[in-house]
Amino acid sequence: MFGLSLALVAILWELYKWLGPEDGGTVMGWRILPRAEDRAMPHVWDMLRRYAEPERPGSSGTILAVVARGAWLSLRLALAGFVMGATVGLALAVVMARFRVVERGLLPYLVVSQTVPLIALAPLVVSWGGRLQVGGFEWPRWLSAAVLGAFLAFFPVAVGTLKGLTSVPRSSLELMDSYAASWGQTLFKLRFPAAVPYMAPALRLAATASVIGVVVAEISTGLSGGVGRLIIEYARAATSDPAKVYTAVFGAAALGLLMAGMVSVIDAVMMRNRPREALE
Amino acid sequence: MRSRSLVRLVLPPVVFGLAFLVLWEGAVKVFDLKPYFLPPPSSIWTRFRENLGLIWEAASVSGTNALVGLVVGTVIGVALSFVLARFRVVNELVTPLAIALNAVPIFVLVAVLNNMFSITSEVPRRLMVSIVVQFIVLVNVTRGLRDIDQTHLELMRSFAASEVTILRKVRVPNAMPYLFTALRIAAPAAVITAFVSEYFGGSQNGLGSRIVGNIAISANAAAWAYVLAACLLGLSFFLTAVALELVVSPGGVGSPARDGA
Amino acid sequence: MTKAVEIRSVSKVFNLGRPNAVEALVDVDLVIEPGEFVSLIGPSGCGKSTQLRLIANLLEPTTGEVLVNGKPAHRARLDQDYGMAFQQAGLFEWRNVARNIELPLELKGWGKDRRRARALEMLALVKLPEFASHYPWQLSGGMQQRVAIARALAAHPPLLLMDEPFGALDEMTREHMQDELLRICGETSTTVVFVTHSIPEAVYLSTKVVVMSPRPGRIIDVVDVDLGARRGVETREATAFFRKVTEVREALRGIPAAHREPAVEAE
Repeated sequence: MFGLSLALVAILWELYKWLGPEDGGTVMGWRILPRAEDRAMPHVWDMLRRYAEPERPGSSGTILAVVARGAWLSLRLALAGFVMGATVGLALAVVMARFRVVERGLLPYLVVSQTVPLIALAPLVVSWGGRLQVGGFEWPRWLSAAVLGAFLAFFPVAVGTLKGLTSVPRSSLELMDSYAASWGQTLFKLRFPAAVPYMAPALRLAATASVIGVVVAEISTGLSGGVGRLIIEYARAATSDPAKVYTAVFGAAALGLLMAGMVSVIDAVMMRNRPREALE
Repeated sequence: MRSRSLVRLVLPPVVFGLAFLVLWEGAVKVFDLKPYFLPPPSSIWTRFRENLGLIWEAASVSGTNALVGLVVGTVIGVALSFVLARFRVVNELVTPLAIALNAVPIFVLVAVLNNMFSITSEVPRRLMVSIVVQFIVLVNVTRGLRDIDQTHLELMRSFAASEVTILRKVRVPNAMPYLFTALRIAAPAAVITAFVSEYFGGSQNGLGSRIVGNIAISANAAAWAYVLAACLLGLSFFLTAVALELVVSPGGVGSPARDGA
Repeated sequence: MTKAVEIRSVSKVFNLGRPNAVEALVDVDLVIEPGEFVSLIGPSGCGKSTQLRLIANLLEPTTGEVLVNGKPAHRARLDQDYGMAFQQAGLFEWRNVARNIELPLELKGWGKDRRRARALEMLALVKLPEFASHYPWQLSGGMQQRVAIARALAAHPPLLLMDEPFGALDEMTREHMQDELLRICGETSTTVVFVTHSIPEAVYLSTKVVVMSPRPGRIIDVVDVDLGARRGVETREATAFFRKVTEVREALRGIPAAHREPAVEAE
C-alpha cells in the first residue's frame, strides 16, 4: 500500500511536469506555481538514476555511497540524541511522579515548550562547537547536533511518561498499599508497566524530534558529513546538477523512516502481551 | 476555596521559573561563563528591549510566512479530507503516506522548493509550511469525518437521510473537535517550519536568519533575544488556536484526536 | 481465641477541620470472630467501603482503634494478614494469570518455584487450572474475579476483605460466583468481610449481616443469619431465606427490631 502511495506521488509529479507551465505560473496573481522545466523539477527517473553516478565529476564511488555515509552519521547522532533525551525525560518523569510539587512546578513548562520553536536554539548550541572548553574537555561539533536532538526528544518523553506513570487506577494503588509495598516496588511493578502504552507514542514523537534536531543542527552551521549538510551543498549545485539535491533529500527521508521503524519495533516488543485496544 | 486551588496551580510554576532565572543569572556570574556560551538573563532582556523594533520586523516576516502557510494548509487539508472521507481507496492510499511523512524531516524540501522559485521569494517557505500543515489537518479531520458513532449512522439511515445530509448533520459536527486538535498542533508546527526554512538560504529577513546573523558577529545575547521572540511567536500562535476553539465551541475544549502518528 | 477483627469506638471524618469535612463513620463498634462471613450493607454513602478500608489500614480512624488478628491494623497490613478484592478485578494486564496471582508473593520475597507452585494451587482452588498462561483480557469478568480472589488468598491470609467484588457481573454469573466463594472460603477456613449493595447476596453468603445507616454511618443492626453452613439452590428458595431478607430490608428502612412485621409464610 505504501509503495502504491509513492508511485502515486511520482505519477503526480510527472503529470505536473507534463502539463505545468515551463516558466512557473501565477494563480490569481500569486506566483506560486513552480517551474516545470527539467532544471527545476527533474524527472523521477533522473533522480533515481543519479544515485548510480559519482558525487562530482571525477570523484570515485557513487553518490549513493556518499549519501549513505552521510545518513549513517546523522542516524548515529539522532540515536545518541534520542537515547540521551529519552533517558533524561524518563528520569524527570519519575521525579515528577514522586514529588507532586515538582510536577506542578515543571509540567506547565514542559507542556508549553512543545508549542514553542525550541529549534531556534539550534544555531546557538551548534556555535558552542569548537569554541567551548570545560576543564580540558573540548566540545566537539557533532555533540551539538546530538544534544539538540536530545533536547527536543526529552520533552515528549517526559510528558508522556509522566502521564502514564500517573494513569494508574486507584484500586491498583490501593492493592499495592494493601501489600505494604514500597514506592519503589510500586514504581517498577505497577507504574512503569502501566505507563508503557503512553510511552510508545511519546517515544515515536521523540524519535522524530531527535532527527529534526540533528538535521537542523547540521544545516544551520557547518557540521560536515551529515545528510543535512549534503542537502545544503547539493542545493547550491542545483542549476548545474538538478537531480543531485534529491538524492540527499531522499536520504534524509530514509533517516526519518529508519528511526521511526526502530521505535515501532521497540513499541511492538513492549506491548507484545497487551490487547489491541490498549494502544492510543 | 477556588482562589486556594488557583494559588496551588499557579504558584509552583512561577516559583520554579523565578528560581531558574535566578540560578541562571547567578551561575553566569559565579562560574564566569563566557557570553558565547550562556549570557545572563538580564543582558538578554536588555537586548530584547533595545532591539524591539528590529525584532518586531523579523517576527512579522517569519510570522506572516507561518500564518499564510497555516491558512492555506488548513484550507487544502480540510478540502482534501472531504475527498478522503468520501473515497475509501484514496484514504487507503494517502493515509500511510501521511503517517510516514510524519516521521520524516520534510522541511528539507525547502532546499528543493528554493530552486523552483526566485531567490528573494518568500513563497518556498510558505509552501513548505502549508505542506506540513496540510498533512496534520488532513489526517485529523479525515479521522473526524470518518470515526462517527455507529449508532448515529444507523439513526440517520433509518431516517433515509442522503449521504450529503449525513455529512452536514453528523460528520462535520463530529469533525470539529478534530479540526481544533489539528490546529493546536499545526499552529506551532507552522512557526517551527517557517523558522527552520530560513536556514536553507533565501531571503534573510526572518527571525531564524537574524539569529544566525547575530551569532556570526558574536552578539550572542542579541541572538538569545531573537530566540525569545521566536518562542513568544510560537506561543502566540498556539494560544490563538486555543482561543479560536473556545470562541467557536465554548462547550468542549479538549478533544479525542491526537496527531497523525 | 483472638478475634479476627475488632473495631472499637471508631469514627472517621474526612477533611477534618476544613469547611468540606465529611463525617463518614460515627461510633462504630464491631467484633468479628474467626471463620465468620460478615456482610456490610447499607445505602450509598453509609461508610461501608470506608469501614473496609479502615480494617485494611488503607485509611486511619479519626478516633478509636482497629485491631486485626489481635494486632493494630497497621501491623496487620505490614504482616500481610489479609487479602483484598475489589469491584474491578484489577488484574495487571501485562502479566499473565499465574504471574498476577504471584504478585503478593513476589512482594513477600518468595522464590520463583515456590511462587509458581502456590499460584497453580490457587488456580486449582478457583477451578481455572488451564488458564495459567492466559492474559486477563482473554478472560470473562467472572473468571477475572476468580483470579482476583485467588490472588487475594495466595498468601493464605486468615482474613479476606471484599468490596462489592461481584457488582460488575450479571445476575447469573453473580449467583455462580457466590457459590464458588462459599466453597473456597469453606475449604480455606477464611474469615470474610464483604461489602455489598445486594440484600439477597448479603443474606445468602453471610453468617452475620451488619446493617448501616446513611451518612454519617452508624451500625443500626446486626442480623444473625442462621441458614446453616451448607448453602445452595435450596437455600435461595427457602422460606427462612426470604424471612431473613425481609428482616434485613426492614432494618435498612429504619424499622426498629421490635416493630418488625411478623414472619409471613411465603409460597
